[in-house]
Amino acid sequence: MNIFDIIGPVMIGPSSSHTAGALKIGRVAWKLFGEKPEKAVVKLHGSFARTYKGHGTDKAIIAGLMGMLPDDVRIRDSLEIAVREKLNFSFETVELTDVHPNSVVIELTGSLGKKLAVLGSSIGGGNILIKQIDNMEVLFNCQNYTLVIPHRDTPGVIASVTGVIGNNRVNIAEMKVYRSKRGGQAIMIIETDETITGDLIKNLEIIPDIFRVTFIEPD
Amino acid sequence: MIDYVSIQELIDKAQLTGRKISALVLEDQSEANGRSEKELFDEMAYKLKIMQEAAREGAQRISLSASGLSGGDAFRLSKAFDNGKTIGGSTIAKVMIKALSTAEVNAGMGRIVAAPTAGSCGIIPAALLTVMEEQAIPEEKIVMGLFTAAGIGMVIARNASISGAEGGCQAECGSASAMAAGALVETMGGNPGMVGNACAFALKNVLGLTCDPVAGLVEVPCIKRNASGAVNAIVAANMALAEIESVIPVDEVILAMKSIGALMSSTLKETSEGGLASTPTGCRLKNKIFGTA
Repeated sequence: MNIFDIIGPVMIGPSSSHTAGALKIGRVAWKLFGEKPEKAVVKLHGSFARTYKGHGTDKAIIAGLMGMLPDDVRIRDSLEIAVREKLNFSFETVELTDVHPNSVVIELTGSLGKKLAVLGSSIGGGNILIKQIDNMEVLFNCQNYTLVIPHRDTPGVIASVTGVIGNNRVNIAEMKVYRSKRGGQAIMIIETDETITGDLIKNLEIIPDIFRVTFIEPD
Repeated sequence: MIDYVSIQELIDKAQLTGRKISALVLEDQSEANGRSEKELFDEMAYKLKIMQEAAREGAQRISLSASGLSGGDAFRLSKAFDNGKTIGGSTIAKVMIKALSTAEVNAGMGRIVAAPTAGSCGIIPAALLTVMEEQAIPEEKIVMGLFTAAGIGMVIARNASISGAEGGCQAECGSASAMAAGALVETMGGNPGMVGNACAFALKNVLGLTCDPVAGLVEVPCIKRNASGAVNAIVAANMALAEIESVIPVDEVILAMKSIGALMSSTLKETSEGGLASTPTGCRLKNKIFGTA
């Protein structure tokens, strides 16, 4: 804990969990998507679903999907801005099982057909957990430098990735690997002590069987 | 090096070194985070600037929140004070106006500083900014007051809770009030022991306070709790500055707050299932805002 967890953050209200945390989940989805989404289906669960109109959770998530930060004064107008930016958005309420009461599934579609689905939870004080990416279970909180690397589940890929990272003198603090099924889609979540340069990302992207590399910096 | 295990730790270290709690916290955090004291001070000064904007903005006009449940009370109180209709002079009026303004800005999706939470964001700014004006205290001392508040908040967060969902409003607005009271005492030249007493008084005055927001929104009664929390901080600080001592030591009061929170029904801890939220009017408003049956 540090003092700016106690006096801070600077944020748009009214709620750390239902506004600031919700925005952060949208922002992570935006970073993972890597391009301007054309369509966003936002599926709200639990307390998010019940109270989103009063807490501005809907506006916050759309603001995050447009890359805004939690203290951006445009958040309260994000829906109008999204219409102007030609983001086709819609909201649904869903009932998920075994998730935190402040959870949302965001499904994005790009202009060339790229798709992404992210499940995130807002666990209090503006903190978030990303729980699923494209139906693969993950678990990370975006408080450290984080690499998200979907890839094919095949021998050598993980070793190649960690090798490249190590050769660049970057230390891996935490690493989790998940797969949807043997030989199928898999994903690495790698948290590092040092930041990741653009060159390092390029070196990772050219590794065979890597689908994409997303670097998420803590805001 | 501070461990934030207790308020007494802060008091003892301050008394031992002859330095203020704020200075110790600043130095400790600089070491812990590898950032210079100047950098941390500047970041805190930026937070104070945002606090000033929110304390001002809400009182400028009547502007309703998205739900329609709140907005305009800071403005109303400001006008009433200007027209000589309030009790308690300019300090009490200003502290209430700033607290209401900040909390209304929060409810209206404006920009605030969570201190320690968004729900309690009006309390510390109102107390410190009012004293800055009324007592002509240099801004630098007020920024340092925020470090005192932060140190106190770290202890409470560690030993009890600063969240309404866990501990009720006594944890959220109560913590902010205790943080503000301690900061006020130091800013007004009180000694570290008085800082501890002020925290104890502020918390003791709100033990058992429930978190029962109408329609689950951070508006009713949250906004007005910011006003009472800010005034409560002044009540506590005044008693401490008068060398009145808390019969129960502050760290025991914090643990009492925690145990009371655990004893409280979950219906009174930010679930909107009891208290004000479940009054006939509370239910009617919830249905109206959310269109539920």
